[in-house]
Order: sequence, then structure tokens, then C-alpha cells
Amino acid sequence: MLNLEVMGSSLPLYFGGVVVTLKLLAVSLIVGLLAAVPLAVLRASPNVWLSRPVWLFTYVFRGTPLLVQLFLIYYGLAQFSWVRESVLWPWFSSAWFCSMFAFALNTCAYTTEIIAGAISATHHGEVEAARAMGMSPFTLYRRIVLPSALRRALPAYSNEVIMMLHGTSLASIVTLMDITGAAREVNSRYYLPFEAFITAAGFYLALTFVLVGLFHLAEKRWLVHLAPRT
Amino acid sequence: MQKLLVEDLHKRYGDNEVLKGVSLSANAGDVICIIGSSGSGKSTLLRCINLLEQPNQGKISLNGEAMQLVPDRNGALKAADPKQLQRMRSRLAMVFQHFNLWAHMTALENVIEAPIHVLGQSKAQAIERAEHFLSRVGVAHRKNMYPAHLSGGEQQRVAIARALAMEPEVMLFDEPTSALDPELVGEVLKVMRDLAQEGRTMIVVTHEMGFAREVSNSAIFLHQGLVEEQGAPGEILANPRSERLRQFLSGSLK
Repeated sequence: MLNLEVMGSSLPLYFGGVVVTLKLLAVSLIVGLLAAVPLAVLRASPNVWLSRPVWLFTYVFRGTPLLVQLFLIYYGLAQFSWVRESVLWPWFSSAWFCSMFAFALNTCAYTTEIIAGAISATHHGEVEAARAMGMSPFTLYRRIVLPSALRRALPAYSNEVIMMLHGTSLASIVTLMDITGAAREVNSRYYLPFEAFITAAGFYLALTFVLVGLFHLAEKRWLVHLAPRT
Repeated sequence: MQKLLVEDLHKRYGDNEVLKGVSLSANAGDVICIIGSSGSGKSTLLRCINLLEQPNQGKISLNGEAMQLVPDRNGALKAADPKQLQRMRSRLAMVFQHFNLWAHMTALENVIEAPIHVLGQSKAQAIERAEHFLSRVGVAHRKNMYPAHLSGGEQQRVAIARALAMEPEVMLFDEPTSALDPELVGEVLKVMRDLAQEGRTMIVVTHEMGFAREVSNSAIFLHQGLVEEQGAPGEILANPRSERLRQFLSGSLK
């Protein structure tokens, strides 16, 4: 049946892959989320001059496959001599940087829409109460609208994080040795595709399990106000 | 001493003029009830006072300080100085029909929020005062609960404590008991009655004729955007001069 010997001996390769996967995931999520919060505020603005450009950004990045975005950034940009001669070339020639850049832009687009949706759904009466108390627009967003919207966005955002975890497997195509990269390496070494990829699948399942658990804790902590009274 | 003065307020929604020149003046300690059938403009009048609605014409002043108003491009008036508007709003606390508590904050957090982040009080000071006001309205034992876990009457009392914590010059009540179950109305009215007896200046839009008669010292009857009748509640509610008020009272008699 399964070649357990190969699976066992290749585990160190997979552990290295877990580190790469988690690094890609963490950096792209942090950058994507930090950029998504201000973009979501603009996206939810009634002023079309503010919301339209953000709409265009999210439309483009949600409307094209992540793999195509990664290829455009990693292979596509290298085609132009002015890119190769620019000061940014050391970054854009790196598979690491290009993967994180593509993933961050992609998750940023999805996260922006998730948060913007939550902002738009803010109970209007709560906004009025804050204004009636004399809050400035900045304080209103910082203290009322964003804390309430980010909490409500948690369940949808946990989906985005899991999708992004699986999305990082594309980095293996541009040479990075993430979990999927490790599986491809094992497969090419032993020609045992089932063993190679079922091990990878196991690692992704385990990571997903941990992420779901973390979000469950986060929801317990920050969404108590929406839970039924106990 | 005059606290609040509203002069010749007009408000239009498109071609529909909801307020056609309403004036109102409140001295310190006045409790003024605004009554009228739905659509008469009473909530709009109250919401124009703190500019939650933009009037199209009129003057508003608090403690002799006139709110600086300029027309926006749609012809409605907006605050010329946002800082002045925020300062005046912080002295005109409002209690809403649907409570409008901040759902992600506990009762106590709701009450300390604006004193800390608008008035600049220290957290310790704000908590001490919030606990005082929460026990004043009888919900101190609920201070760590979220609004969704409170009854309507408790939520409205927390909202009143939140307004009191601003130490406002004038309190605006927008139909504060209309969203409550009948058996919960009493507890909120009792709190409001206590506030009136303390000498707080209150403007109350209400359908509670008993409250208007017993607690307020002045009643304003609005009809189709105009003050139809105004005076001591005992007089105008007992002996309405206008046919409109007579009809309104016979419809809402309790």
C-alpha cells in the first residue's frame, strides 16, 4: 500500500515547507489586513471619488486568478528592461518577494470588500448616537464604526485566511519550497505522487484545524455581544 | 436663564416642507413636551436642534452661543465650524427611540465612552461617574452586560445614563418610550420624572399624555410643521383651543 518509509524520511522536508508556508501566509495577511482597513473606509465612503478607485482595485484583484497575478508579477514584469534596470529589481527578481507581493495584494482586495461590507452594515442609529455625543468623524470611526465592523467581519475573514493558506501553495510553482513545494520534490525524487501529496494534504488540514480553532477563540472573545444570552 | 433658543426653523425633504417656521425657547429647568400626530414634524424638530437633520433655515443657540450655520450646495444648513458643532452636541445629550446603544460595548463602556473620548475625562473618573449614573437609573447590576442581553427598558435606562454622563445643558428625548413594551414604559418614565424634579432642562417628544400633563411645564402641539398650540400642559391638554388639538387628544386619550 502506502510507502510509509518514504513518507517518514521526507518529513523534515515538509516541516521546512510548513515554515515557508506560514511565513508567506503571515506576511501577506498582515500587510493585506493593514492596507485593507483604510481602503475599506474609502470603499464604504459615499464619495465616489474615494470609493471608485478602491472598487476598481478590488474588482481587478478579485476578478482574476491568483496564479495569473503571480505569473504577471514574477515572470511578466521581468520582461521589461526598465523594470530590470530599476532600483526595485532586487525585489522583483525574488520569488519570495513576488509571491508575498501577489498574495498580499490579493488578500487585501478580498479583505477590503469584507470589511467595507461590515462598515456599510453598521447600525445607523449607533453612528447617530456617536455624532449626537459630539464625536469627531475620526473618533467615530476609531471608536465605534471600525471596532464594531471588524468584529462582525471575523467569521467572513476566517474564511479568507483559510482560502489564503491554500492559495500559498501556488508559490511552489515559482520555485519556493513550501508544503506543496516539498510534496513536488518528494514526488520527483521517488515518483510516489499519492504519498507525496497526501502528506501535504495532511499538513494543510492540520494548519486549517489550528486556524479554525484560533478564530473560534477570537469569536468567543470579540463577538460575545452577538451571542445569545446564556 | 435661557438655555436653548430655536428660531424660525424650516426643514424640507424635496418639495415636502415638514417644518414651516418653528420656534422654541427653553429656560433652565424647563421640561418641554412636544406632542403631535405622526408626520407633524416633532422628531424632525428635535433632530434639527443638534443637526442630526440639516434645517433649511433658522437659528439655534445654546446658552447664548449661536450655532454657526452655512448653506451647503443642496441649500440645507450645515455647521460652519465642525469643532463648534461637536462642542455644542456634547452639551445637548440625546436619548433615542431605539436606544442606539453601541452593541459591541457593555453598559458601562457605553456610558464612559463619550466622557473619555469627547470630554477628555480620565478613565478612572469616567468609570466612577458612570457607576453613579447607572445606579441612579437603576441598572448598576447590569453594568457588565451587552445591550443585546438587556431588556428594552434597561437599554433605555443605560442610554439615559450615557446621556447624563455628558453633564448636558439640555437633554433631548426622541420618543423614548415608543419602542418599549407597555409594562416597561413605567420604569423609563419614572427615571425621566426624577430627572425633571432634579431641575434638568429637557425637551421631550412623546406620545405619553400623562407624562406631558404631570411632568412638563410647557407643551407644544405641532401640526403640519407649525406650532398649533402652546402653553402650560394642564391648560392646553384640558381645554384645547384649536379643533386640531381637540381631535388629536380625543384620538390619543388614555
